[in-house]
Amino acid sequence: MAQKHGEENIKAYSKNFTTMTPGPFAKWLRTNLIFQFIRFIVINIKMLVVVGKGH
Amino acid sequence: MARLIVLGGGVSGHTAATFAAKWLGSAHEVVVVTPNAKWNWIPSNIWVGVGQMSKEEVTFDLAPVYAKAGITYKQAKAVSLNPAGNESSDKPFVTIEFTEEGRAGESENIEYDYVINATGPKLNFGATPGLGLGDKLGEYTVSVCTPDHATHAADELKKCIKKMKAGERQKFLIGTGHGLCTCQGAAFEYIFNIEHELKKAGVRDMADLKWISNESFLGDFGVGGLHMKSMGFAVSSKIFAESLFTERNVDWIIGAHVNKVEAGKVHYELLDGDMGEEEFDFSMLIPPFAGVGLKAYGKDSADITDTIFAPNGFLKVDANYGAGAYENWKASDWPQTYQNPTYANMFACGIAFAPPHPISKPMKSPNGTPIGPTPPRTGMPSGIIGKTVAHSICDRILKGEDAPLHEASMAHMGAACVASAGKGLFNGTAAAMTIYPVVPDFDKYPGTGRDTEYTFGEIGLAGHWIKHILHHLFMHKAQLRVGWTLIPE
Ligand SMILES: Cc1cc2nc3c(=O)[nH]c(=O)nc-3n(C[C@H](O)[C@H](O)[C@H](O)COP(=O)(O)OP(=O)(O)OC[C@H]3O[C@@H](n4cnc5c(N)ncnc54)[C@H](O)[C@@H]3O)c2cc1C
Repeated sequence: MAQKHGEENIKAYSKNFTTMTPGPFAKWLRTNLIFQFIRFIVINIKMLVVVGKGH
Repeated sequence: MARLIVLGGGVSGHTAATFAAKWLGSAHEVVVVTPNAKWNWIPSNIWVGVGQMSKEEVTFDLAPVYAKAGITYKQAKAVSLNPAGNESSDKPFVTIEFTEEGRAGESENIEYDYVINATGPKLNFGATPGLGLGDKLGEYTVSVCTPDHATHAADELKKCIKKMKAGERQKFLIGTGHGLCTCQGAAFEYIFNIEHELKKAGVRDMADLKWISNESFLGDFGVGGLHMKSMGFAVSSKIFAESLFTERNVDWIIGAHVNKVEAGKVHYELLDGDMGEEEFDFSMLIPPFAGVGLKAYGKDSADITDTIFAPNGFLKVDANYGAGAYENWKASDWPQTYQNPTYANMFACGIAFAPPHPISKPMKSPNGTPIGPTPPRTGMPSGIIGKTVAHSICDRILKGEDAPLHEASMAHMGAACVASAGKGLFNGTAAAMTIYPVVPDFDKYPGTGRDTEYTFGEIGLAGHWIKHILHHLFMHKAQLRVGWTLIPE
């Protein structure tokens, strides 16, 4: 059986039929420590800029 | 010596009071009137609600912090305002009723030069039959709005997990408990934390998870949805949310006004007028919010509550309350200084200010039932507004009554939100989002109403780390520990 990533939860012509689901690579990136560390820095910078714009 | 009274020691009022005390020094007095003995970092209640944190980890005693800051602390609730004094004095005052052990029920009038209403929301469980009575949670559903509610929710969740381990299927229903709720984000975070906990416990396949909310589309979040920059596209939060719900196998009902709760069942009306029922074994439904019900009296003791407060009980400020239909709404309808239009020495911050109108387009069912999110005022805007209002008042006290007021419109302000799914540092994922501005400005940003450079969202471990850091930073800041002023709101 194919590895489960969420695609298997889509039901034809139900309300979730038109959405997108992540593939194995997108899901792997979510917990890959090196990639996430880089994202951590990027998200923090973006958040600080957004906070700064409000002050 | 001037006296500033801050009503409410929550996220917004605590920020206002602590900055005011720092800026004013001992030459002036800051008084905080709040019924709670402890401060609570409310966003972490989600983790308390799944048993991943204790009540003690998300709260601390206010008395020692206020003593350190030189703030006069009254553990009491404000009952009424006399903004022009009474027959015997012209000095404005607040009437409070103590909640502190040993003094409960005692009342006192405290005179003020400036007052900030930061009393947050009344958790209006009583608006939906069966959800609760007044601000008290009922017996059929759970809540994560207070640390005690969240502790109870975690206990109930444990019982369900036990049943599933014994082979009994369980239905979970999470969302909003009325057609006019806000705070969808908290319910969203909670449902994915439950999903994560069920997986961890090895019982996910024994659970049916369903979302029920008053949003007209999934991912509205009370801000009319948002478009986020992702892979070079401006992607709607509807796609983002539907994708996540599908991936985690969570079903949804949207456009729903829950109109009755019974043991194990909710009744609801949909935007298309259909009526439905949904059964559950475990349900967390956010109540609608209202003002806490402060009264106001004129010098002659006449009731002037309607002059100062909007019908929903929130304090009127410098917003445009006459904007009318959705098509006429402008970013400039949103308040900038949070000053009451009738009394110049009265301000509001956080959830306590009356917004001019919702952010999401208001909708009604064919039966005339309004169903749509009311505007959220999340932690970051609440903190920023609290600090801005404190700044304005301190300037007026220190520089004179004509000092210009500082501004912090939600139409020029962003917000950062992190919705966790689990608490681990190496497993689970969180959706980290920023939105700029909170209130869309369709004139400035045609189409989406927002700057898509600064409105983004993504799922990953990094969001978890940020959520952990935010928890510790805000607990540190609120306790006025070393460097607290350097931590942004
Ligand atoms: C479960 C949950 C999760 C959330 N998660 C997030 C999140 O992840 N990120 C985010 O940005 N926001 C989040 N929020 C929203 C955030 O908690 C609010 O935006 C914030 O608490 C609003 O601050 P406030 O000061 O207006 O109200 P509160 O923080 O509620 O403070 C109000 C204070 O006033 C006091 N009070 C009440 N009545 C009176 C009275 N009569 N007199 C005097 N004092 C009174 C109350 O006891 C309380 O201390 C969440 C909310 C909930 C419920």
